[in-house]
Amino acid sequence: MTERTSHDHAADEFQKDEEIHGYYQFLGLAIEELLVEKGIVTGDEIRATIERRDSITPAIGARIVARAWTDPPYRQRLLTDGTAAAEEFGCEFDATELVVVENTPEAHNVIVCTLCSCYPRMVLGLPPSWYKSREYRARAVREPRAVLKEFGTELAENVEVRVHDSTADMRYLVLPMRPDGTEAMDEDALAALVTRDCMIGVTVPKV
Amino acid sequence: MRAPHDIGGLPAGPVDTEPHAATFWEKRIDAINVLLGDDKRRILSRDERRLAIESLGEEVYQTLGYYERWTAAVTRLLLQKGILSQDEIDAKIAEIRARMGEAEEKTEA
Repeated sequence: MTERTSHDHAADEFQKDEEIHGYYQFLGLAIEELLVEKGIVTGDEIRATIERRDSITPAIGARIVARAWTDPPYRQRLLTDGTAAAEEFGCEFDATELVVVENTPEAHNVIVCTLCSCYPRMVLGLPPSWYKSREYRARAVREPRAVLKEFGTELAENVEVRVHDSTADMRYLVLPMRPDGTEAMDEDALAALVTRDCMIGVTVPKV
Repeated sequence: MRAPHDIGGLPAGPVDTEPHAATFWEKRIDAINVLLGDDKRRILSRDERRLAIESLGEEVYQTLGYYERWTAAVTRLLLQKGILSQDEIDAKIAEIRARMGEAEEKTEA
């Protein structure tokens, strides 16, 4: 009979619907178990870290955008010092700066990380898989309009497209334009219009 | 010559705009990276990890998925720093494979 006493075995925590196969998947589990056995990290710390990550979602970014739309002094703070303005919403930055770029009728902003996957995680959580893909990273800087079309976004020819290439030390967030017809909406209703993709700049908010 | 990670501006196919949620395995790899670099441990820095990923070589870089590259890079750094040995890792992988294989047999039985 197999003895099963430890719940610190990473491999035991997997649900039936997630298949573990391939060398690197086993390697990842092995590294984790060895680090736990050596007392370098604990299972509780891993679980707490995942929970903290999961708690950061684009809803935080959406609240920041909605505040900027309804509170002109906050908008000014956000554009002047994005890090400090996001910290007002409880975001935590670790030696990283947040730069907020504002869409206007003349200019539309898009963010990318061509070299890896730098992303405003502190405000939006983990990046979507396409943000890390070869296709997005390679093409966003060369043919942004074509890439935006793949997300269903068509910009007028006279709108300038500005693509911002992020680094580990400097992350960007797009402040979209408040859509027409939202004059009567309060901050919560406005936040509900703001999606993750709007804040990356591949789409625009719609009513 | 361009390094394998330096792909900005190169031709590539259409973007798969479908969002795929991070798997539990991916989240664990992410968490381990966060913990190894936090103030309590300071075992590896973000820049060390990035350099390790960028040094995986063209073939490995192109073949592996995103978090697989992270896993490969972190493994190399932990080996270099003498925190883990290759023998320990190989033995642990064999143990996990055996353990998970047994669990599967139990389920099927």
